[in-house]
Amino acid sequence: MTHAIEADRLVVSYGNLQVLRGISFTVPAGQGVVLLGANGCGKSTLMRSLNGLEKLQSGTIRIHGDTLSGAGRRDLRKIRQSMGYVFQHFNLVPQLNAFQNVLLGSLGRQRFGLLSCLSLTASAADRAKAMHCLDRVGMADRALHRPSELSGGQQQRVAIARMLMQDPRVVIADEPIASLDPKAGREVLDLLWRIVTEEKLSMLCTLHQLELAQEYGDRILGMKAGRVEIDAPIAETDTAQLNALYTGMTRVDAQPTEAAA
Amino acid sequence: MSDHSQLPPRFRAPSALTWVVVVGFAAFFIQGVIASDISFDRLMRGANNLVRFVGQAVPPDFTRMPNIADAMLETMNIAIVGVTFGCLFSIPLAILAARNTAPTMLVRTIARFVISVARTIPDLIWALIFVVTVGLGPLAGILAIIMDTIGFAARFYSERFEEVQKGPAEALTATGAGRLSVIFGAILPESFASITATSLFSVEKAIRSAVTLGLVGAGGIGVELSTAMRLFRYDQAAAIILVILVVVIGFEQLSSMIRKRII
Repeated sequence: MTHAIEADRLVVSYGNLQVLRGISFTVPAGQGVVLLGANGCGKSTLMRSLNGLEKLQSGTIRIHGDTLSGAGRRDLRKIRQSMGYVFQHFNLVPQLNAFQNVLLGSLGRQRFGLLSCLSLTASAADRAKAMHCLDRVGMADRALHRPSELSGGQQQRVAIARMLMQDPRVVIADEPIASLDPKAGREVLDLLWRIVTEEKLSMLCTLHQLELAQEYGDRILGMKAGRVEIDAPIAETDTAQLNALYTGMTRVDAQPTEAAA
Repeated sequence: MSDHSQLPPRFRAPSALTWVVVVGFAAFFIQGVIASDISFDRLMRGANNLVRFVGQAVPPDFTRMPNIADAMLETMNIAIVGVTFGCLFSIPLAILAARNTAPTMLVRTIARFVISVARTIPDLIWALIFVVTVGLGPLAGILAIIMDTIGFAARFYSERFEEVQKGPAEALTATGAGRLSVIFGAILPESFASITATSLFSVEKAIRSAVTLGLVGAGGIGVELSTAMRLFRYDQAAAIILVILVVVIGFEQLSSMIRKRII
């Protein structure tokens, strides 16, 4: 069986600063993995490189067996299509209403790109599907609202609907609830996890709350200063071990020379 | 009294560069005043002539109003058609010229060069060039306005594109969308308000320059005005100037009203 995500000895640098220092892990299909780590430990860079938004210096990434590193533009787009991305800051297009934002989720698979994704021109099936996605995240009654008219939690729901519209097989969630208050955050996380389970998707999700990580995740991946420190099923980790991720040398820019050691 | 050495000096000698700039500017200014032969006598005579001009211009002669209206309509046609094409051409040029949307550095450099050429050459000179190439009349005016608009609008559009937040464009890229879809799906909508404001401002600018384009034979009300002036029919000229004033002010009011609505 191929894994949903296979990362092998990933190295990413910005100038002289090595941010990812040989990261290897796998996410088996259908598993929800929580990625933990202090600010500046390289989490976001890892997430971005999984989507090809960041260039690898060395190492390989396979998404359902397809190699992402070194893929041509067309292959890269194909891999991205199968990968939903949920951002910390939602990243909805502010001038477009929720419905149109969700429709844009299908951009990747349309032959004529944007021309067949506009509310005016989209096929009846796509329009119905977009509405269905909004309905699943409980935002059907807000379809014509612009992002600025929605609360943070509602915007993230719309972003999740956009991800659903994309029909992904893998989901990458980069601190999906970090800009929400605890209550809205838990609601959104509940929703995200339920959808991932229902659709039998695989997910890699970064979180900052240890108790949420232990509650939702199947497995924990712990990063510290550009390396994987913990990679274990949730039952085999304890809180002290997780807390250790946030103490000592956590940042990649704390001591650049340490990389050589 | 012992802390004398720590007091800041009253005066610090300016640097050599400052001296060069100041002296150079002063020399150029004095030379300019001398060369343009400004004298009290001439200014007095000028004031006299101005009074005589105003005397002959009042009351304005509106008997040629149908012709003036025709010419004014032509001026507005030149402005509207020119500015519309100018703004339409500006969008692809701006996309090629903005850092985050340009396909390659080379294309970006070329696009920026085209835009700055369009901007650096004044509208009257564009009109002269097009009068020579396509002949007298409104077409030359339209082409001149197109070039003038591109120089202005494409630059502002592309600066706006560079300012949009990266997030939404990145989100669409992450769905596997192509470059053009990302540009038209995220970057353009985000810049839409600013593009509209810039375009309306271009319309105001175009009306003003379309008025003067007639002076070099590129069609419109300028032709009427220069004819009236050359025939010393200052009363007719005054009527034309009044019509221009009313139309330009009306247009500016209208466009600023629309702009306030949008932003």
